[in-house]
Amino acid sequence: MTRRTPLNEAHRALGARMVDFAGWDMPVQYSSLIAEHEAVRNAVGLFDVSHMGEIEFSGPGALETVNALISNDLARIADGQAVYAGLLNEQGGFVDDIVAYRFSPERILICVNASNREKDFAWMKAHAKGGTPVDRGEEFAQIAVQGPKAAGLVQRLTRIDLSKIGTYRFAEGEVAGVRAIISRTGYTGEDGFELYCAPGDAVALWNALLTEGQQDGVKPCGLGARDSLRTEMKYALYGNDIDDTHTALEAGLGWIVKLDKPAFIGKEALVAQKAAGVKRKLVGFELTGAGIPRHGYAIHKDGRPVGEVTSGTAAPSLGKKAIGIGYVPAELSSEGSTFDVDIRGRAVPAVVVKTPFYKKP
Amino acid sequence: MSNIPSDLKYTKEHEWARVESDKVTVGITDHAQNTLGDVVYVELPKVGATVTEGQPFGTVESVKAVSELFAPISGKVLEVNPELESSPEDVNADPYGDGWLIKIAPSDTKQLDSLLSAAAYAKLLESA
Repeated sequence: MTRRTPLNEAHRALGARMVDFAGWDMPVQYSSLIAEHEAVRNAVGLFDVSHMGEIEFSGPGALETVNALISNDLARIADGQAVYAGLLNEQGGFVDDIVAYRFSPERILICVNASNREKDFAWMKAHAKGGTPVDRGEEFAQIAVQGPKAAGLVQRLTRIDLSKIGTYRFAEGEVAGVRAIISRTGYTGEDGFELYCAPGDAVALWNALLTEGQQDGVKPCGLGARDSLRTEMKYALYGNDIDDTHTALEAGLGWIVKLDKPAFIGKEALVAQKAAGVKRKLVGFELTGAGIPRHGYAIHKDGRPVGEVTSGTAAPSLGKKAIGIGYVPAELSSEGSTFDVDIRGRAVPAVVVKTPFYKKP
Repeated sequence: MSNIPSDLKYTKEHEWARVESDKVTVGITDHAQNTLGDVVYVELPKVGATVTEGQPFGTVESVKAVSELFAPISGKVLEVNPELESSPEDVNADPYGDGWLIKIAPSDTKQLDSLLSAAAYAKLLESA
């Protein structure tokens, strides 16, 4: 059965083309992917991300319980802050990548990928020590408001002073008369917010943002633009760039792995991998020949397969330059290294570049 | 509602064919360009290459995805749209005009009879 977010009818009324994504009926685009992408880079875009899951730990010891499950460190942040982290398996690979919100040491809310909701919950239930996860997925809708004009737009709809909410910080308050968690996070490389509200309030919040945002040039944006925006930033997408067979260090996400904190699942494997040296790495590259790299294409060096493309697109903010992300041997991972991408039997040359691909002008 | 010109022939894979005396112009339908989204790259055969009915002859890519193009008829490639290398968005803007892909000298015009009429193609879209 395909699941629908509370905004499903709103998407259809806006003329969205809907696709199945992780079992959810979601908008892939409304008008034009490129126009939506550019709205986020230059003005503001709205995304329905209600398909994401939420799992909560509460009660004494909640922080310690979650900290033993994730790679980043909730003890290093204050209440009202969030961290991006890996939920890792014993080999240091990803069960999922998540954002953990610290309301207090006794209340941690974890936002998980739609495709992993059930798996994550089962994993946490099986591995959590001293606490029990509660699935809060049905209690939240989520709207991402992203772009340079996002803060101005949301500010006009709330009395909360948004200048006090820094990146990866959050507050609770009303937006457009709707009770929400206002989180300064996102997946686009732009400033913006992710607003968590009750499912019954989602349509009112969505419509208020669309109406008030008209003067900003707001556009509803689909999963297509969400993917091209995050690819330009080299943000990992679970199931594409990261999965349970590639470790956090191989994925270049060492910054979300705090090896100096007390035990967490995957730590021993990552300590050992770090000591032995990481043999393959996730890099960003550009094609220097014609074509567009896509997930699953082979990477060749001197005619031999040595790696795999995990994401790729024609980057709308980079003049449609063909960019890609992929795993290559460590010796081919430094900037300027060259290899070929096998595009339907054609070896197209590529060069490793600095990431993020896109930088604000 | 998709635009489906009545004077063209269609494939089930959403290509169209415009039959003139000695050549057949091929493109993708309005429905196809709309489903694909913004076209950013088109890979086509070279002039003189041979294409085979029902077989892939190139690809059209949007930001999001890549789709294969299928030849409506066998023959030799006479012309390749030279504008698409720099303006692939023509495929979206004018799929039956400036966004044409290739022109083929058919090797067996009888193959044209197995293509869909505009009415049959419209029915195919409705039932999809």
